[in-house]
Amino acid sequence: MVKLDINGKSREVDVDPETPLLWVLREWVGLTGTKYGCGVAQCGACTVLIDGVATRSCALPAGSVGAAKITTIEGLSPDGLSHPVQVAWLQHEVPQCGYCQSGQILATVSLLKEKPKPTDDEIAEAMTNICRCGTYQRIKAAIHTAAALSVPPSGKA
Amino acid sequence: MSQTHALSRRSFFTATAAIGGGLALGWSLPGGASTAAAQGAKGAEVGIWVVIQPDDTTIVRIARSEMGQGTLTGLAQLVADELDADWRFVRAEYVAPEVNLANKRAWGDMSTGGSRGIRASVDYVRKGGAAARAMLIEAASKQWGVPASECTAAISVITHKPTGRTLRYGQVAAEAAKLTVPTDVTVKTPAQWTLIGRGVKRLDTVEKLSGKQVFAIDVQLPDMLNASIMQCPVWGGKLKSFDADKIKSMPGVRHVLAVGDNAVAVVADKWYQANTALLALPVVWDEGKNGNVDSAQIAAFLKEGLDAKDAVLGQKQGDVVAGLAGAAKKVEAVYGTPFLNHATLEPMNCTAHFADGKVEIWVASQNGDASLAAAAEAAGVPLSAVKVNKLHLGGGFGRRGQQDYTRQAVLLAKQIPGRPIKLIWSREEDMHHGFNRPISQAKMTAGLDANGNVTALHARISGQSILAYLAPARMTNGVDPVAFQGWTPEEFGYMGIPNLLIDHAMRNTHVPVGFWRGVNHNQNAIYMECFIDELALAAGKDPLDFRRTLLANSPKHLAVLNAAAERAGWGTPLPAGVYRGLCQNCGFGSYTAAVAEVSVSKKGELRILRIVAATDPGYAVNPDQIAAQVEGSFVYGLSALLTSEITVEKGRAVQGNFDTYQVMRLAEMPKVETVLVPSGGFWGGVGEPTIAVAAPAVLNAIFAATGKRIRTLPLSHHDLSHA
Repeated sequence: MVKLDINGKSREVDVDPETPLLWVLREWVGLTGTKYGCGVAQCGACTVLIDGVATRSCALPAGSVGAAKITTIEGLSPDGLSHPVQVAWLQHEVPQCGYCQSGQILATVSLLKEKPKPTDDEIAEAMTNICRCGTYQRIKAAIHTAAALSVPPSGKA
Repeated sequence: MSQTHALSRRSFFTATAAIGGGLALGWSLPGGASTAAAQGAKGAEVGIWVVIQPDDTTIVRIARSEMGQGTLTGLAQLVADELDADWRFVRAEYVAPEVNLANKRAWGDMSTGGSRGIRASVDYVRKGGAAARAMLIEAASKQWGVPASECTAAISVITHKPTGRTLRYGQVAAEAAKLTVPTDVTVKTPAQWTLIGRGVKRLDTVEKLSGKQVFAIDVQLPDMLNASIMQCPVWGGKLKSFDADKIKSMPGVRHVLAVGDNAVAVVADKWYQANTALLALPVVWDEGKNGNVDSAQIAAFLKEGLDAKDAVLGQKQGDVVAGLAGAAKKVEAVYGTPFLNHATLEPMNCTAHFADGKVEIWVASQNGDASLAAAAEAAGVPLSAVKVNKLHLGGGFGRRGQQDYTRQAVLLAKQIPGRPIKLIWSREEDMHHGFNRPISQAKMTAGLDANGNVTALHARISGQSILAYLAPARMTNGVDPVAFQGWTPEEFGYMGIPNLLIDHAMRNTHVPVGFWRGVNHNQNAIYMECFIDELALAAGKDPLDFRRTLLANSPKHLAVLNAAAERAGWGTPLPAGVYRGLCQNCGFGSYTAAVAEVSVSKKGELRILRIVAATDPGYAVNPDQIAAQVEGSFVYGLSALLTSEITVEKGRAVQGNFDTYQVMRLAEMPKVETVLVPSGGFWGGVGEPTIAVAAPAVLNAIFAATGKRIRTLPLSHHDLSHA
């Protein structure tokens, strides 16, 4: 039995604690927005946030997460559209096939938490998720837009 | 093709109601809205391409498959433009393959490859939109009791011109649906287009931002079991035996089953359990005769073909032997490119349910018709006993035109009747059992006269044939025309060379090959466009000027090359250490050219700084999505240039995952500037043509930067350090 905090809900899952978090999310909890791409933490399609930090869930034993808060793409915003990164992604029409985009979006959320105004070099260093359709140029542009959208209006900062 | 399909309305609606039969059984897909659930949307069917609901929601039916390339949106634009629909109301749904089949393929070809999605269906889908518009106008005119000629339509509203009365499409659609579909419609002229040529937003973005998009790998059905498969790692080998007892007690394991004659699968409650057990399963393979083949042997086999006496002809003009003999200067170079995996990020997968002699599948496929046929064949049931739920593809790139994974899922489901079986290939399985981009080498030989003009050119390809592997029936007299992509008289810009010989020494290995996005244009353009640069150097001419002379009688090639060169500022000063390269190609009905700007440090570190890519697709349906395809083409094409390759040891693929099969990531992404120069008068593809110009432009720039002419890929094997 593994106890997990997923998108603000506490879940008890009857699963071997060694099972990678990716498969617990997809197959035991039914959250399929987190994708399988490689199983060896190379491609980033399985990226989730753990206490706000982008983490590749395919090589992470579910039992090792403990009480940390897991955020999947389904939990990023109530309507699936309104998080600044989602807004920016829509504005730039980033997705093509879309399969990697859950991971790309969550990797960006994590980056912006750490570096609210990332430079191109910082983006290049942080964003290592694979996109085979080749949406990198739009991802880069959308990250800058999301950074601008995320800055609180002046006076409230 | 005219819209004369005399569909029996009753039969159509029966068929439509049957779409997504799983839903009728109470099955549902996660995430609510989905493509599969949208099939057979309710509403008034105005002709066969358009369904309009009372609130004006306009559903355009799409026969091709969406794999990221934007065809769903582009095709809907074509229909909606002729329909004069308000784009805000437009949605799209797939035509179910079994409905297409039952109606004599009324929606045409479902195959989605060769960048044909739009260019091969542009005539009939536009006529479908125009027919629906005419029916809506006729319905409104009848309601008003006025001649249809007094009515006009725009943005989903019909207006009676003399009185100014209006009716919305949603108000008359039900009556319009009862009318006979007109066969004599004419489509608009380009000047009348309102949506074609506009960068409208894609129809499939929102669900891809929230995790709601249901890919085939995400399908969940009641009582579903999950399967992981392993095929003989040596291509062509067979399954000999396996010891199921060793893993039967592992968690979740239900079945261990042979699949066909070359594979074994573990079926478990969860896929993770199935795959974990599969990795522990003792399996004995009959590797066949290829268990010792390696890349060095294959390279030697191809090298022999470069000078082989026998080769099939692509095209010839003049006398290349005499031309070379009489040349003032002869230039020769040998090039080569490796096998490549498609590496779609969503691995191959298919869900199948077999019960009572019927099969239903949920699949990401580039060809819904072919998926249906494959499922019927694998299940041993008539075509009419198959239902296909098409889901958007998590990448296709040519890989999902093949139906091997569909067959396997059905073969498994047939062994476990009554329960849906979701088969997912592990990434390793996907990498080991691709339909690889064919390996080839090329010997390029040319003669120059004293003035540096090309008087003779011989391009000899030695390499594997896609058609010989996948569709030998499509070959005639031993010729695989696909091998000559880019070098047909229609595509080849350098037909002004008086003595020309292009031939192919077919050297087929045991490695499966297939159509890899851009196909043989990619390799052929590297061979030709790098070699043209070598000739320019030998002639002492600027690469752009040299090509301009060669393309003097190829105005479309020349125009697109000039567009790229001008935007890039070819010939203007660059910052210290930055160098340019350029190239051009024609393929899939479009003209492309690129200029690359690179720097290479003394130590040999390459940076690709800027790409200017020009495209002439004739008509540009959605400029923003064309730009997206151009940008993505550089990721696909430059991955192949920089790092990707499948090599062979002991008869099998060496690379099994993204740690060894390296693809481009964001840090390596150059700035890509798309220059669209649609010259009109034809419809060219956009998903593939630009890939061909990615690698040669960069290779030519690397030569300018380092003096090193790289002739074999990937670049990671080469030392680019320079003095």
